[in-house]
Amino acid sequence: MFKKLALAATLALAPVSGAFAAGADGHVENFDFSFEGPFGTFDQAQLQRGLQVYTQVCSACHGMQYVPLRTLSAEDGPGMPEDQVRAYAAEFYEVYDEELEDFRPARPTDHFPEVNAAGAPDLSLMAKARAGFHGPYGLGINQFFKGMGGPEYIASLLTGYTGDDKEEAGAILYENTAFPGGYISMAPPLYGDDVEYSDGTEATIEQQSEDVAAFLMWAAEPKLMARKQAGFVGVVFLTILSVLLYLTNKRLWAPVKSRTKE
Amino acid sequence: MSGIPHDHYEPSTGGEKWLHKRLPIVGLMYDTLMIPTPKNLNWMWIWGIVLAFCLALQIITGIVLVMHYTPHVDLAFASIEHIMRNVNGGAMLRYLHMNGASLFFVAVYAHIFRGLYYGSYKAPREITWIIGMLIYLLMMGTAFMGYVLPWGQMSFWGATVITGLFGAIPFVGESIQTWLLGGPAVDNATLNRFFSLHYLLPFVIAGLVIVHIWAFHTTGNNNPTGVEVRRTSKADAEKDTLPFWPYFVIKDLFALAVILVVFFAVVGFMPNYLGHPDNYIEANPLVTPAHIVPEWYFLPFYAILRAFDGDVWVVIAASFLTGGIVDAKFFGVLAMFGSIAVMALVPWLDTSSVRSGRYRPMFKWWFWLFVVNFFVLMWVGAMPAEGIYPYIALIGSTYWFAYFLVILPLLGVLEKPLPQPDTIEDDFKAHYGKSSSTEGAPSATPAE
Repeated sequence: MFKKLALAATLALAPVSGAFAAGADGHVENFDFSFEGPFGTFDQAQLQRGLQVYTQVCSACHGMQYVPLRTLSAEDGPGMPEDQVRAYAAEFYEVYDEELEDFRPARPTDHFPEVNAAGAPDLSLMAKARAGFHGPYGLGINQFFKGMGGPEYIASLLTGYTGDDKEEAGAILYENTAFPGGYISMAPPLYGDDVEYSDGTEATIEQQSEDVAAFLMWAAEPKLMARKQAGFVGVVFLTILSVLLYLTNKRLWAPVKSRTKE
Repeated sequence: MSGIPHDHYEPSTGGEKWLHKRLPIVGLMYDTLMIPTPKNLNWMWIWGIVLAFCLALQIITGIVLVMHYTPHVDLAFASIEHIMRNVNGGAMLRYLHMNGASLFFVAVYAHIFRGLYYGSYKAPREITWIIGMLIYLLMMGTAFMGYVLPWGQMSFWGATVITGLFGAIPFVGESIQTWLLGGPAVDNATLNRFFSLHYLLPFVIAGLVIVHIWAFHTTGNNNPTGVEVRRTSKADAEKDTLPFWPYFVIKDLFALAVILVVFFAVVGFMPNYLGHPDNYIEANPLVTPAHIVPEWYFLPFYAILRAFDGDVWVVIAASFLTGGIVDAKFFGVLAMFGSIAVMALVPWLDTSSVRSGRYRPMFKWWFWLFVVNFFVLMWVGAMPAEGIYPYIALIGSTYWFAYFLVILPLLGVLEKPLPQPDTIEDDFKAHYGKSSSTEGAPSATPAE
């Protein structure tokens, strides 16, 4: 596993280039995620698989500085038992402790570490910082049906490598159908079977991409399920209130309106 | 006391009399709530309540958000994430506040278009209109500064672009810009003063809202016919009006509840739909986003700002006549602020003696074209300034000014208005007398 980490690290340590280059928008596939729609919820098993991909592949270069490790035990999130979260934090991450003036293994109260690898953006909010869908004609109406497309963008990017690359100003750029401009400095991070899922799911590139995209959506929006629930309760109660006020209003105005007939 | 004749508060008990002699606050509230309101008001007259609700919502959610927010360039972005992840109900509060701004602008645009169609700005309601325009300007300032606070990429670059507008003013522009920013560029000083003003201005707005309400409580509400309430006697006035409480309070609350169903659906199910994804990237002065776009409610004016580039003949002419003092950039700034200025001056630009657009056959067409044009400008404001878009923006901007400066003054002379009803009572009867008699529903209550 560590060999793979090292490999991913070397490959992805390319200088920033084209990360914000303007150009033709890439193609973003509309994946069906479990958390889409007003009643969509996170698939806990998928989040855990996605965490595994993040840990074993992405975290070599990318950080997630805004996500507290303790939230991995959130019941409307990955839902890992607390002792597992403690073990996970200590095993995989080191943080600098100002009191000790030294590095120590991470605890659940720490955040995922910030990683300053060149050109590797922090992934805490990546699923909300990209919109996969804009159309038609820039009106953004299709977002009503497909969602904003952040996780779709991530999954499309991870599955969008064509295998071609080119050298530009001493850096290797990899052709990617989802990336705006068509070439990205991140080397293909997934080759299939990069992780071994404990639930027996086959770790194809597509599967791992979707899993990590779903996990990053949770990382970006951990309160998604609570929010949808609050929205639903709000809509139901306000609808009832609307009906009551409609009837009140009708009753109140009825004599005024019927009086005009005289 | 001017205004529509109606019953006033009479203190009855000893305690009430004691208080009324010293502070007539109950009387003030009574007169405010019981104001005679034209009974033919339609559903476009509900936006005032929605706006009042929005102001309250923004102030309440804002005050709680401030308890957890840190106005510092190194900490602001992280403190927003702290609100979203660690504060109880924080994500909901922030999404309510974010989308509350959008609802505020939806309501204010509907409110303004209502006023433009039914001639609510015309004498004697010019002061109400001008105060309203001031509130609208303050709302835009408040919303703009609020958008800077999360310190995302669009916050930073939006602030850079908009404060740059002041830099376009000849001679003193750069000094003004530096003064506004508190330094040569958008930085911690800018964030701090924007935070301070974002907290202050809503209370200024609240004060102006009181003046706005006071003004139309003196003139009385306009109504869909534009015909004034009869003030000859209390009995006449009562034929045209109903007290605000309970008739219009309940009606407005019903409308508000329906609007809030949609609002909660947006907040709950797609809270980032109206935002820009780039604002989830922390501000970085070294990386410019590919397209800098303001929030949707500024887009029409952003389109007007960008429409007048150096190739447009009026810009070339202005530059030539002023010896280069008015360049393309400054012209754009003048056009943007001018577009709101001409709207504020509409009470004196509209020459028609008929108030309501309902009785103005030609005006109707130009008005609806103006509404469509507003949405076209909004769309084109979000597009990159290349290809065909600048031309659409230029046509749209030209129409905006033509509507106020040419069409409205001319229509008053050229147009032959339709006959108006004599009284509000007649209009109300014409509407409800017909529909309820065909339904044949027996009257539940005896008349008077």
